Amino acid sequence: MRTISEIENEIIDDFALFDTWEEKYQYIIEIGQKLKPLAVEFKIDENKIKGCQSSVWLTANENNGIIEFFADSDSVFVKGEIALLMEVLSNQSPEAIVNTELGFIDQIGLRSHMAQTRANGLAAMIKQMKLYAVGFQHKNV
Amino acid sequence: MEQPLVKNAFDVLEVRKDFPILSELPYGKPLVYFDNAATSQKPQVVIDALVNYYTHYNANVHRGVHFLSQKASDAFDGVREKVRGFINAASEREIIFVRGTTEGVNLVAATYGRKNIRQGDTILVSAMEHHANIVPWQLLCEEKGARLNVIPMNDQGELVLDTLDKLLNDNCKFVAVSHTANSLGTINPIKEIIAKSHSKNIPVLVDGAQAVAHDEVDVQDLDCDFFVFSAHKMLGPTGIGAVYGKLHLLEEMPPYHGGGEMIKSVSFKGTTWNDVPYKFEAGTPNIADVIAMGAAIDYWNTIDRSGAHEQEAELLNYCTTLLADIPSVRIIGTAKNKASVISFIVDKVNAMDVGMFLDTKGIAVRTGQHCAEPVMDWFGIPGTIRASFMFYNTKEEIDFFIEQLKKAIQLLAV
Ligand SMILES: Cc1ncc(COP(=O)(O)O)c(C=O)c1O
Repeated sequence: MRTISEIENEIIDDFALFDTWEEKYQYIIEIGQKLKPLAVEFKIDENKIKGCQSSVWLTANENNGIIEFFADSDSVFVKGEIALLMEVLSNQSPEAIVNTELGFIDQIGLRSHMAQTRANGLAAMIKQMKLYAVGFQHKNV
Repeated sequence: MEQPLVKNAFDVLEVRKDFPILSELPYGKPLVYFDNAATSQKPQVVIDALVNYYTHYNANVHRGVHFLSQKASDAFDGVREKVRGFINAASEREIIFVRGTTEGVNLVAATYGRKNIRQGDTILVSAMEHHANIVPWQLLCEEKGARLNVIPMNDQGELVLDTLDKLLNDNCKFVAVSHTANSLGTINPIKEIIAKSHSKNIPVLVDGAQAVAHDEVDVQDLDCDFFVFSAHKMLGPTGIGAVYGKLHLLEEMPPYHGGGEMIKSVSFKGTTWNDVPYKFEAGTPNIADVIAMGAAIDYWNTIDRSGAHEQEAELLNYCTTLLADIPSVRIIGTAKNKASVISFIVDKVNAMDVGMFLDTKGIAVRTGQHCAEPVMDWFGIPGTIRASFMFYNTKEEIDFFIEQLKKAIQLLAV
């Protein structure tokens, strides 16, 4: 199993191929469009993280100490962002998720393109993913 | 030969040279600035006014016997007359400097409102107000046990005045309505609203934040009791704006903030207030921005206003026609009388995704609720994409915008 920081480094390497914001945008849209849509039964208010300009639905499963996330959004760009987060945080242990700092967002030069509200949305997504991890951690002890 | 003060024909390419920012290259691409309803760009003369003040005569006003203070005071004081002229108030004493529209509405709510609104009263706003013209009244209502009422609008985003007579009932003690709506572009029939309100002796505040950037305003002709606006939407700097109030109303109103400048004499037994308008301007004012707001007004007086107006009308028309040709686009706000603001949504496409796509091409638009959540709720939409034009925008920019919008839709539509 790859560690969180190994995956982060791979993403940073991927993004190093792009010089411009335009290319990065296109790439995130591409990733977002590939994200499997969340089944309707999960698109409920309980799973909703309401941002200012888009909504995100996020849910998680735990199997043998490994967490898997599922998510969707009405914004393709946000779907791309969350797909990146899921690539990093899915299939990890609750402990690894709780303890990670996630430095890659700054390093791929995305933060500067996130207006405050959107950055808040991203922070809210990360927080929610960590909350799931904390929940599963307690379930296991 | 006599030099005309006003440039003869409106020449957009000439005018653009006055705005240095229009030659910026975001991401190396020519800037297309279509977010003018959020804030306008500034002509060089406004920027120079700021720099000159800080470089050559920065000093506090009305407090020094020295050269710099007198020069700063003269420049500062002169702007009150310029603002008076800009909106044709009867007297410069009717002009209060504030941070902007938001502070202006809050000032009137906290002074006139606190003094005059009582339990059981209603305050009437419209369905298309900016939050700045809703929340201060809600705070006042909460404090006083008063209630907010709303003039409704129709599917085109026009106010429906059928019920106005009923809404202007005995309980109604104040009306606060926007001249031009920032989210929809609708220009409201405020003269009619003011006349009807006055027939019941109800005073009216006009939110002029958008109007001052597009139309010549005459507060005496409107006969409004209060008019508030921000300099930054009309080519001036941020952090400054004005409240116009009829003199007899201002004289009866209690002060707003306490501090220096707003008093005549202070003792621990009691304090007497300064005259209007100083009574409402506590503390060191925003000297630099007041002076630069004056420079913005001077600039307006040099441009051909009717030519500028025609240019904006043409841009609005042109863009509306091109947008209407895109099947998945729905324009939100199709009033007959509109300023150069177009809000729209794209079927099955998130507004922010489009805004970000356009941003990658150097095009600046705004997406979201535009501080007018009730408007979005009324239309049942989460938000819009808004392109808002100023006279310095061009049809070529609109062509590029439409071309890129079509690309965005192609990429993002699922
Ligand atoms: C109609 C309207 N009212 C009020 C405001 C608030 O203006 P400001 O933020 O300059 O105080 C705005 C600006 O966004 C506006 O468009």
